[in-house]
Amino acid sequence: MTVDKTSRAPLLDQAPGDLLPAELLGRHDGGKEALPALDRRGFLKAAALPCLACGLGGAAVFIPRLQAARAKVDESRFVREARFYEKQPYKKIKCVLCPRECVIDDRERGYCGARENRGGTYYTLVHSRVCSAHIDPIEKKPFFHVYPGTTAFSIATAGCNVNCKMCQNWEISQVRPEQVRSVYLPPRELAALARQNGCKAIAYTYTEPVIFYEYMVDSADAGHAEGVKSVVVTGGYINRKPLEELCRHVDAIKVDLKAFSEKYYEEIVNGKLKPVLDGLVTIKSRGMWTEIVYLVVPTLNDGDDEFRGLAKWVKAELGPDVPVHFSRFHPEYLLKNLPPTPLKTLERAKAIADSEGLHYVYLGNVPGHPAESTYCPRCHKKIIDRVGYLVRSVHIKKGRCEFCNQEIPGVWGS
Amino acid sequence: MGSDRRVSRRSFSRWSLAGLLLPAGACRAGVEQRGVAGTSSPPERSKVVVARDEKVRSGRSRLDEARVLDLLDRSLQALYGCDSPSEAWRRVAGLGKVIGLKVNCLAGKGASTHRVLVEAVCERLQQAGVPAKNLIVWDRLSSDLESAGFRINERGNKPRCIGNDIYGYDSELMAYGRVGSLVCNTLTRRCDAVINLPVLKDHSIAGVTIALKNFFGAIHNPNKYHLNVGDPYVADAYMLEPIRTKARLHICDAFNVQYEGGPSYLPQWSWPYNGLLVSADPVALDSIGRRIIEEKRAAEGFPSLKDQKREPTYIATAADKDHRLGIADPGRIDVVEV
Repeated sequence: MTVDKTSRAPLLDQAPGDLLPAELLGRHDGGKEALPALDRRGFLKAAALPCLACGLGGAAVFIPRLQAARAKVDESRFVREARFYEKQPYKKIKCVLCPRECVIDDRERGYCGARENRGGTYYTLVHSRVCSAHIDPIEKKPFFHVYPGTTAFSIATAGCNVNCKMCQNWEISQVRPEQVRSVYLPPRELAALARQNGCKAIAYTYTEPVIFYEYMVDSADAGHAEGVKSVVVTGGYINRKPLEELCRHVDAIKVDLKAFSEKYYEEIVNGKLKPVLDGLVTIKSRGMWTEIVYLVVPTLNDGDDEFRGLAKWVKAELGPDVPVHFSRFHPEYLLKNLPPTPLKTLERAKAIADSEGLHYVYLGNVPGHPAESTYCPRCHKKIIDRVGYLVRSVHIKKGRCEFCNQEIPGVWGS
Repeated sequence: MGSDRRVSRRSFSRWSLAGLLLPAGACRAGVEQRGVAGTSSPPERSKVVVARDEKVRSGRSRLDEARVLDLLDRSLQALYGCDSPSEAWRRVAGLGKVIGLKVNCLAGKGASTHRVLVEAVCERLQQAGVPAKNLIVWDRLSSDLESAGFRINERGNKPRCIGNDIYGYDSELMAYGRVGSLVCNTLTRRCDAVINLPVLKDHSIAGVTIALKNFFGAIHNPNKYHLNVGDPYVADAYMLEPIRTKARLHICDAFNVQYEGGPSYLPQWSWPYNGLLVSADPVALDSIGRRIIEEKRAAEGFPSLKDQKREPTYIATAADKDHRLGIADPGRIDVVEV
């Protein structure tokens, strides 16, 4: 789930009407609104322009709103038998996709709201059911060591397997698939759209891609067939087996590490910390590129001890080269009573992580701050110059610093 | 929603005439002890009417409409302490101009609110002066309603019958305690009052699902609130203002009690209890309903809900000083059997 203020999906009412794919949305809202027709190429082109022009990548391509479905919708095309579940007596099932391991009665759904037990068989309801799509700079995910300066075709389906009180995108993450507008976008079409629009990667983001695991894996395979990479933006709340398999299909995984305390995970996230830490170790052990985002929420996870504990753990378990982004909180959803994170707090977090020996510590949601850029850990020169999500220069060649030849870890491409 | 039952109407007319002999508001004080949700001074005691009729079924499983009406009349009369059913129904009709009937149809036929019961309530409310179009039978999904035998209807001079998927959810996020949800438009915008028509059921996660938990069907994200055996989520969700203030009467369908294996319908553990539980206090009703389920489970050799680590502690939470939704202590609940 994204925690980036600027990655919040605007409501449909706020989106320019001529960006809406009428031929797709029309099938889902029962003709409630008459939208101008626009072919895919047209709407993507139109949608991409404001995203890229603003340099921050924020315009909606198609965006949901909690809705009443006035007409019957053929939902069967979104429904596929889920993976990673066990059948139990009396038509119950046990989902083993994420550490929650919901035991679900017939006709009921799991915590995520996106998977349903139908007569003892478990189904995902969100395969190819895209509720939000943007063409974003890859820095917005954020990935700072993955193809800098490129774009990612970013998608989400409805649902999430946690319930963070500060979620920026709760209107799509904390709802059921049928409660938001969605379009049918099967993997091959998604991959083709990404390629046609010059995107280096497909990004699975905004909500929680673990809950649309099957679609993500199928899309990653389809993307690779088109020469398009796949990057995952996740809370990392996933069991080991599906995570290991996921690592065989995608190219990079960014993990939102919400805090470094079980208490926070229990009270604010409605989850547990340990499985996320275990997942990070698994990702690293599989040779997968990973970056970590830590959303700093005033008074809740902003203590020196927590920052230090996090930094020590990352260095010891993952190594000093894993980038850590300390990101600024903005009041949203159920945490509107707290102020935005003071810049000084973020700088304190960075100072502590730097002092513990992490090589790449960034600050997020503070456009123009020097800590948005990448510096060579050896010669300390700026090797990627960023302002917001705009990359102004890159001084990395064949994975090495152009100034001192220091190897810079990441996924840089040719 | 059919309502053509001449016999019952005639009998009701007789009661109505009898009721006219009494001054309006002649019901005895019992009705005033309902659990006034969230108020600072909860009642000292609550009343739960347990009405049973071993002959309520005309066939092997089919409910006899006239007997259901009779059971319902006796229940309401006993709850409100009135001398006639018609007076009791006038009290119910006075709850609001537009009255919602929140049923529970998730489990399909077998473990859902019986249509016969809902039709009986609609019939009596119409006879008491509520226009048919001012009655809204609702649940989370229209497909759930249909699977339980209801027919979706949005227009005409008939009671409305519709799912939240059609009317949608209010755009204002409401929060209490650990719950943050959107509440369905049916409740926030269309109904002045709601009669809750839950089913008496075991629940594999929350222990039981009766009156309090039935309002999970009013929010957009119930799947988020089954953690920790639903405690405090069930109580917190009920505290959301539209639920807390509009749910006025609870008529629990206990014709079949799913005492194990719920909330799904599993016929081997479905018990023909042939009754209704009626109260104005959802906490008291849940407390008594839970006891009925526990006693049946013990009689059938099943472990207690506590032993199965799914004791419905949310019932006590609903009665605590932060919620004050009613009375959970069985010692302070008057169970009236009719």
